[in-house]
Amino acid sequence: MIRRTCLGAAGLLAAASASADWAINMPRGVTELSAETHDLHMQVFYWCCAIAVVVFGAMIWSLIRHRKSRGVEPAKFSHSMTAEVIWTVIPIIILLLMAVPAAETLIKLEDSRKPDLTVIVTGYQWKWHYAYQGEDVAFYSTLARASADARRKNSGIDPFTVDNYLLDVDRPLVVPKGAKVRILLTSNDVLHAWWVPDLAIKKDAIPGFFNETFFRAIETGVFRGQCAELCGMDHGYMPIVVEVVEPEAFVAWLASEKDAAAKLASAN
Amino acid sequence: MVSAVTDAHGHGKDRGQDHGHDHHGPAKGWRRWLYATNHKDIGTMYLVFSGLMFFIGGTMALVIRSELFTPGLQFVAPNVFNQMTTMHALIMVFGAVMPAFVGLANWMIPMMIGAPDMALPRMNNWSFWILPAAFSILMSTLFMPGGAPAGGWTMYPPLVLQTGDAFPFLIFSVHLMGLSSIMGAINVIVTIINMRTPEMSLLKMPMFVWTWLITAYLLIAVMPVLAGAVTMLLTDQFFGTSFFLAAGGGDPVMFQHIFWFFGHPEVYIMILPAFGVVSEIIPTFARKPLFGHDSMVYAASSIAFLSFIVWAHHMFTVGMPLTGQLFFMFATMLIAVPTGVKVFNWTATMWKGAMTFETPMLFSLAFLFLFTIGGFSGLMLAVVSSDIQYHDSYFVVAHFHYVLVPGSIFGIMAAVYYWLPKWTGHMYNEKLGQVHFWLSTIFVNVTFFPMHFLGLAGMPRRIPDYSTQFTDFNSIASIGAIGFGISQLLFVYIVVQCVRKRGSRASDTVWENPKGLEWTVPSPAPYHTFTQPPHVGAGAAFS
Repeated sequence: MIRRTCLGAAGLLAAASASADWAINMPRGVTELSAETHDLHMQVFYWCCAIAVVVFGAMIWSLIRHRKSRGVEPAKFSHSMTAEVIWTVIPIIILLLMAVPAAETLIKLEDSRKPDLTVIVTGYQWKWHYAYQGEDVAFYSTLARASADARRKNSGIDPFTVDNYLLDVDRPLVVPKGAKVRILLTSNDVLHAWWVPDLAIKKDAIPGFFNETFFRAIETGVFRGQCAELCGMDHGYMPIVVEVVEPEAFVAWLASEKDAAAKLASAN
Repeated sequence: MVSAVTDAHGHGKDRGQDHGHDHHGPAKGWRRWLYATNHKDIGTMYLVFSGLMFFIGGTMALVIRSELFTPGLQFVAPNVFNQMTTMHALIMVFGAVMPAFVGLANWMIPMMIGAPDMALPRMNNWSFWILPAAFSILMSTLFMPGGAPAGGWTMYPPLVLQTGDAFPFLIFSVHLMGLSSIMGAINVIVTIINMRTPEMSLLKMPMFVWTWLITAYLLIAVMPVLAGAVTMLLTDQFFGTSFFLAAGGGDPVMFQHIFWFFGHPEVYIMILPAFGVVSEIIPTFARKPLFGHDSMVYAASSIAFLSFIVWAHHMFTVGMPLTGQLFFMFATMLIAVPTGVKVFNWTATMWKGAMTFETPMLFSLAFLFLFTIGGFSGLMLAVVSSDIQYHDSYFVVAHFHYVLVPGSIFGIMAAVYYWLPKWTGHMYNEKLGQVHFWLSTIFVNVTFFPMHFLGLAGMPRRIPDYSTQFTDFNSIASIGAIGFGISQLLFVYIVVQCVRKRGSRASDTVWENPKGLEWTVPSPAPYHTFTQPPHVGAGAAFS
């Protein structure tokens, strides 16, 4: 642990050696809407930068030029209607320019019609339950064993030796590439929130209610997220892993899950 | 401030506001404080109390940052970690920031409007003395079975109903804090409306008085809403109601709507008085009147109005109708307009001035730059689809700490440095003040700037441990936090030295030709000021 601490401190100086350790921006993600959200985020950010250049530029110019030590006499002006109107109207125009694409993306984000597959996701303290609607496949997804061992206080296990520390589960949610996957969210106890940054989805799981969201992944891969609404002691220990596979692989996976479930049922 | 006693009768300094007739100086010993009705004594108590809470809340922040220095769990169990985040927020919001502004209001509003005291001095005493009781109750929960509240300062049900023995104490202490705030707000409004010196019309009031007037109305409007929300939690827990329980026909999200109807005006309650402070300080050190005084008043009022119709931007992930989300997005973006007006007016105040950079000015300038950064991230957060990614991540933590620490708290520190010589009659140590400024400003950025990156990269807030790719920025933030915490000990040292009269004597105006009635009374301000209403004249806040 101490070694890691030292390394962490050294890392400050080494700076940006391992790029993965220095992720500083929202991921572009693997859905059309996640890319669109990322672009919107960048667009607003660039607007902010542009405004910052003007505003901070004026402030810094003033700080350099209008200081008493340069022997300047203070001006006497104290108001200007023209100036007030200008710096009210220009921000309104900029906001309108931002509001239009923001509204467009939001409208797309809310269109959860015609899903190809529906998964009912239930939050528990502190794990997730996934049920494939109409498919008789359902299971819990909990923190992977290696992380669960290492995360105990003073466990003696270095988190850096654990793959995907705190972001790994025993059973991931498996979905097919290209399908519109509708997530119906609810909770069994307190509020949770289901967040996968690469899918640009975050939605609260509320006991007694169903919430709806969706994604359509256009790449295969494993995408990780976490519970994003404080849900008690182990809030930090209920990760989400979504495995996006080719459609054929998904069909095969679903069949094997059903088989396993049937065997289990007959064995009982 | 004991020093205020010495000039209680303004001997030899007859300026028409203090004729030394038979009013008395302060009582001796503890009675002076327990029975205090003098606005200056009560203001001092508020400020000292706030400072104490700032260090207690800060210590909790350091527990949080120590645990997050490196992955793995080293110091505290997850439930204790959650208690720390919850208590840190409650203590900082209700114990440090709000009382500090009430303390400044108590000290300065009567002196800025030419009133002899607050309008309701006995209620003033009560509203202060409720606070130590409220926070004793709140902090006693740390030692109760089940520990302190750990469900977050937002107290969302159903989680908050899992709190142990601390639960009713949490609710009761929030009730008490609300009571104190409401009484303080009533006092401010009654004082400002009724006790201004006759020559001071509303639009001639200094900006600090204006922003506090608006803040006080916000407080009266929303503190009862918070009280109602937590009372419903109480009855849900103990009296069989189901306001927020779906099983009984209630709705957990309803609490969030009610809470944020309080909570969003609350964030302006914590920033508007700071707007007022920097609006006083920048003109003094730019040697130029505040630009656009009236439009500043209208901007602050617009912000206050808009603050009531944006609450649901705190809850874009709960599942709202599309039209609702669009409305709250547009309304939230609109707040950027009056806020922008304020920033532009401050810049225009500096423009073509003759600036010097004493500590209060430095803190005000840092406020201007860093609050604006918090404003930018606020604008980004308004956009719903991006907000869905930012929500409950460290990006949000970065945002609200930027507006609260270099925003509200730098505003408070600027105010303390600005008026401390008036309060004590002595200058603080300018060199140390500037050291304190630079340490605070550097460390506050080291602490909070990397949190933007953490949030965007996917780190949720309120987690005691994190995946290894978040290590570097967390370590940096922790180092910054420890540096910031230690730097504040210097602040205490500077203030204590000033109160102990270690600095040079302050003149009555303290600074170079500052505007405002507070500078027309002697330094230190006598125990009773403006027993006769003063003329506004040359001391007017602006011309």
